[in-house]
Amino acid sequence: MLVKIVEDIDVSEAYQYLESPDTGAVNLFIGTVRNHTKGKEVVKLVFEAYKKMALKEMNKLAEEAKQRWPIEKLLILHITGEKKPGEAVVAIGVTSAHRDASFEACRFLIDELKKTVPIWKKEFYIDNSVWVNAHP
Amino acid sequence: MDVILFGISREIVGMKKLTISTAENIQTVGALKQWMKQKYPQIEKLNSLAVAVDSEYADDDQTLVDENEVAIIPPVSGG
Repeated sequence: MLVKIVEDIDVSEAYQYLESPDTGAVNLFIGTVRNHTKGKEVVKLVFEAYKKMALKEMNKLAEEAKQRWPIEKLLILHITGEKKPGEAVVAIGVTSAHRDASFEACRFLIDELKKTVPIWKKEFYIDNSVWVNAHP
Repeated sequence: MDVILFGISREIVGMKKLTISTAENIQTVGALKQWMKQKYPQIEKLNSLAVAVDSEYADDDQTLVDENEVAIIPPVSGG
């Protein structure tokens, strides 16, 4: 199990960690910066984390996923700092014997991460910036 | 009591860490939320407001002591 907050995500390193000859399914989800939101051009995103708590919450999700699905390997990486469109900001990976478990666990981990892990992103447009989800 | 701030709440308050005098007599998580909303009306406009005590989400009735690490958690937006 690899749960980390990092500056950059190396996708091939993430895949290497998940590889396993004993299993038949590796699911690796990469969340990236989109270059537009609601018709506005996005220049960059800046992520900030309450690191100690974020790692705790990420580990809780990892443990819950391991209870619910037969998981061989599991990876959760999230970046902090500044990222430009196209760059990776989150990686969720699950290796399991069969594909169902890896798809379902991956989906669970990214959905729950977005709800509970104390990480915040500020979206910068050409003319202004907003903290995502802050206001109705 | 020291309160750590992140994201939009850090910007609203204008500090990374807020020191609240014991004279304010804030004893619970709920009381801290009320105090924050009164003192910083922009906090009230947020989608949600959570408090973490010793890096765990805390209920409103949880008691606060000086040794706790207390943090304001505005709406999260990771991923």
